[in-house]
Amino acid sequence: MNFDYTEDQKSLKDEARRYLNAVSPITVVRAVLEADGDGCDSGLWKQIGEQGWCAAAIPESYGGLEMGYVELCALAEELGRALAPVPFASTVYCFAEALLAVGTDAQKEELLPQVCSGDLIGTLAVSEGAGVLTPERIATRFADGRISGAKVPVVDGLVAGKAVVLAAADTGPGLFLVDLGGEGITREKVSTIDPTRGEARIVFDDAPAQPLGDGVDGIAALSGIEDRAAVLMAFEQLGGADRCLEMARDYALERYAFGRQIGSYQAIKHKLADVFVKNEVARANAYYGAWALSTDAPELPLAAAAARVAACEAYWHAAKENIQTHGGIGFTWEADCHFFYRRARHLGLVIGSPRDWKRRLATRLEARVAAEVD
Amino acid sequence: MNFDDSAEEAAYRAEVRTWIAANAPDLSHLTAEERRNWHPRHKEVARAWQATKADAGYACISWPKERGGAGGTAIEEAIFNQEEARAGVQFTYFMTGLHMLLPALMEHSSDPASLAQVAPAVRGDTIWCQLFSEPSSGSDSAGVRCAAVREEVDGVPGWRINGQKVWNSGAQAADFGMVVARTNPDAPKHKGLTVFWTDMKAPGLEVRPIRMMSGDNELNEVFLTDVFIPDNQRVGEVDGGWKVVISTLMNERAALGSGTGLNWRDVIKLAGETPSFDGMALDDPAFREWLADYYVQSEAIRLTSFRTLTSLSKGHAPGPESSAGKLLWSSTTQDMTSVVLNVLDHFGMVDDPEIAAASGAFQHRFMWSPGLRLGGGTDEIMKNIIAERVLGLPGDIRVDKNVPFRDIPHGR
Repeated sequence: MNFDYTEDQKSLKDEARRYLNAVSPITVVRAVLEADGDGCDSGLWKQIGEQGWCAAAIPESYGGLEMGYVELCALAEELGRALAPVPFASTVYCFAEALLAVGTDAQKEELLPQVCSGDLIGTLAVSEGAGVLTPERIATRFADGRISGAKVPVVDGLVAGKAVVLAAADTGPGLFLVDLGGEGITREKVSTIDPTRGEARIVFDDAPAQPLGDGVDGIAALSGIEDRAAVLMAFEQLGGADRCLEMARDYALERYAFGRQIGSYQAIKHKLADVFVKNEVARANAYYGAWALSTDAPELPLAAAAARVAACEAYWHAAKENIQTHGGIGFTWEADCHFFYRRARHLGLVIGSPRDWKRRLATRLEARVAAEVD
Repeated sequence: MNFDDSAEEAAYRAEVRTWIAANAPDLSHLTAEERRNWHPRHKEVARAWQATKADAGYACISWPKERGGAGGTAIEEAIFNQEEARAGVQFTYFMTGLHMLLPALMEHSSDPASLAQVAPAVRGDTIWCQLFSEPSSGSDSAGVRCAAVREEVDGVPGWRINGQKVWNSGAQAADFGMVVARTNPDAPKHKGLTVFWTDMKAPGLEVRPIRMMSGDNELNEVFLTDVFIPDNQRVGEVDGGWKVVISTLMNERAALGSGTGLNWRDVIKLAGETPSFDGMALDDPAFREWLADYYVQSEAIRLTSFRTLTSLSKGHAPGPESSAGKLLWSSTTQDMTSVVLNVLDHFGMVDDPEIAAASGAFQHRFMWSPGLRLGGGTDEIMKNIIAERVLGLPGDIRVDKNVPFRDIPHGR
C-alpha cells in the first residue's frame, strides 16, 4: 500500500517545481497574455523539451524515457501549478497518447521520437462548434486520403505541426493524422477566455490525411484517449487549484480589515476550508486515476471520469474563491488571480465539460454495478 | 501509487477474511427493527462478536497483550477493520471506549486499578461513554463548568463532583464514563480542567435519555450530584485535563472520518427500482449528474482512508485529512438522503419499515443526518480546525483567553 508519490517521485516533483520557478515564473504567463500572440512561449517550450519532460512516459523503443505515468502526473501537477504557457497537454496527454493507443508501428516510429525531443507539437481536433458533438453530427469528412471540414477551437492549433482529427468516413467516424503545415490547411487565431493557451480555427480543404492506426473505431478510440488525457490533466488542474488556495491563504494573512487579518474571520476561514476539502476530493480521485493509468487497470474509465469531475469542480471553485478572498484587487488586470480563473475553465472544457464527464461517469458506474451483479 | 498489500499484509488479509467468514455473526434472523443500533438484540450480537474477536486476538489488534490486545501492528488493525466493514459486521457500541477514551487512559494514567479496566472493555464486557459536553459548553469544549473539589472519604483521597453533562452517546448502557471537570476556576479556562473516570452506577450519578429528532434514544443527559471519585481514577495531571481531552477528540475525528452506512451502491439499487418519467430514476439525466458528484465525493472518503493506511504502514500518525473526511461524510450523507426522498417522490415520506423503500433506511438516515454534522465536532469546528491547523490561518480573536474562568462572560 502506497497511496502517495514515492520518495523518488517526490524529488522529481520538487526538482520540477524549482525548475519551473526559475524558467516559468508568473511573469512569463503575463507576457504571453499581453503579447496576444499564439498563446505559447516558444523559448520555454524548447527548454522543457530539452529537459526530456515530453518523453517521460513514452517507451524507450520510441525514444522515450519510460519513467512511468505517475512521474508524468507529478510533472503535470507542477506545470499546472506554474500555468506554464506551453503546448504540453495537447502534445503529450492528447497527441502522444493517441499515437500510443491506436497508432500503427510506422506512425509511432516516425512521430513519437519527435514528440520526445519537443520538436513536434501535436494536438487533437474534435470540436466543430457550440454544443456536444455526437457521432452523427460530425461534419468533417475523410475520403480517399483527403480531409475537408472545419474544427474550432483547436488547442495549440496555431503552433502545432500535426493534429489527430475526428472525422466521418464511409466506414464510420475515425481518427486521422493531418500535417498542419501541408497543403489545404488554413488556420486562424480564435480569441478565448484563456489567451495563455492558444486556440485556432482550422479549415481543412481537401488536405492530405491518413487514418490513425488500422481499422480503428474513432469514437471508442477517442474516448479511451480522452480517459488517459483526463487523468493527466486532472493533475494540472490539481496543481492550479492548490496554488489558488495558497494565494488566497497568503493574502488572507497579509490583508487587514477592521483592525485584524482577514484570515482571522470565520467567513474567510470557512470559505478556504471548503476550498481545501474540494482540493482533497480532487487529489484523492486524481491519485486513484494515476494508479489506474500507470497499471492499465480495468478501473481506468471510471477512475478517469471521477478524476476529471473532481478536478474540474475543485479548480473552478478554488479559482473563483481566490478572487473573492482578494476582494477588489483580485478583479484587476494587474493581479494574477484571473490567470487561474481563465485556466480553470479552459482545462474544464478542453476535452469535454464536467457535464459531459458526469454523464460518462454515471454510465460507467452503472456498468460496474451490473458487472458485479453478474 | 499502488493499492497492493505487501506479501505479509496480503497473507494477513487472507487469514482474517477467512476467519471473519467462518466466525461472523449472522444478523439475518433479526427483524429490520431489531437490526437498529441500541436495540437489545442487536447489542447482544455486537457484544458476542467483540468477545469472539478478543478470544481470537482480533480485538484492538495493535494494543499490548496485557491490555487485552494482540500486540500487532496498526496496519494489521486497519486491515482487520476494512475486512470487518466489508463483511458488514462492524458495530459502534465499543468505539467510544476503544477508539477515544481508553487510548487516552492508557496514555495518561499509570494507576494499576484504572488500567485493569481496559481488558474487559476490549472483550465487550464493559461499555464506556464520554462525559465531556455540557449545556453551556458544546463546541467550546473547554468551557466546562462541572466542578470537582478535593475531599477525603473514609481515608480515601478523591474528588466531589457536581454538574451536568449532555449529548452523552450510549450513557444509558455504559458501565463507565470519562468525565471532564473544572478543578481550578481561578485559572484560565484551558488550565483548570481535570479528567477522571467514574463508575456510571456511582451514587449521585443519574442518566436521563434525550429523545433525538429521529425518535431514537442514543443520547443522554447525565447529572452528577455530589458524586465521589477516588483520586486514583484521575486521568492525567490535576489541571492538566485539556491535554487528555485533545487526545480523545483527535481519535474521534479519525474514527468518524472513515465513513460508514448507506452508500452509492444502495442509492443506485434504489434508483434502478424506482420508476421515473421515462424508465427508472436511474435513467434520469438530472439524477445521473447528481450521482456522479456523489460518487466522486464518496470515493474521496474511501480513498482518503488509503492515504491514512499509507501513513500507518510507514509508521506515521494519520494527518489532518481526517477532519476533511468527517466534514465531507456528514454533509454528503445528509444531501444524499434528501435526494433519495425526491427520487421516491410522494412515497419518499413513508418510513414504515414494512412498506417503505429499503425498509425505511434512507428516511431513518435522513432524520439522523443533522446529528452527523453536529456530533464529534460540528461542521464549523471542523472548518476552523482545517483553517487553523492545516492552512495556518490565525485563531479567532478571543475574549476568554488569559482570563480567570470565573470572570468569563456567559449567557444563561
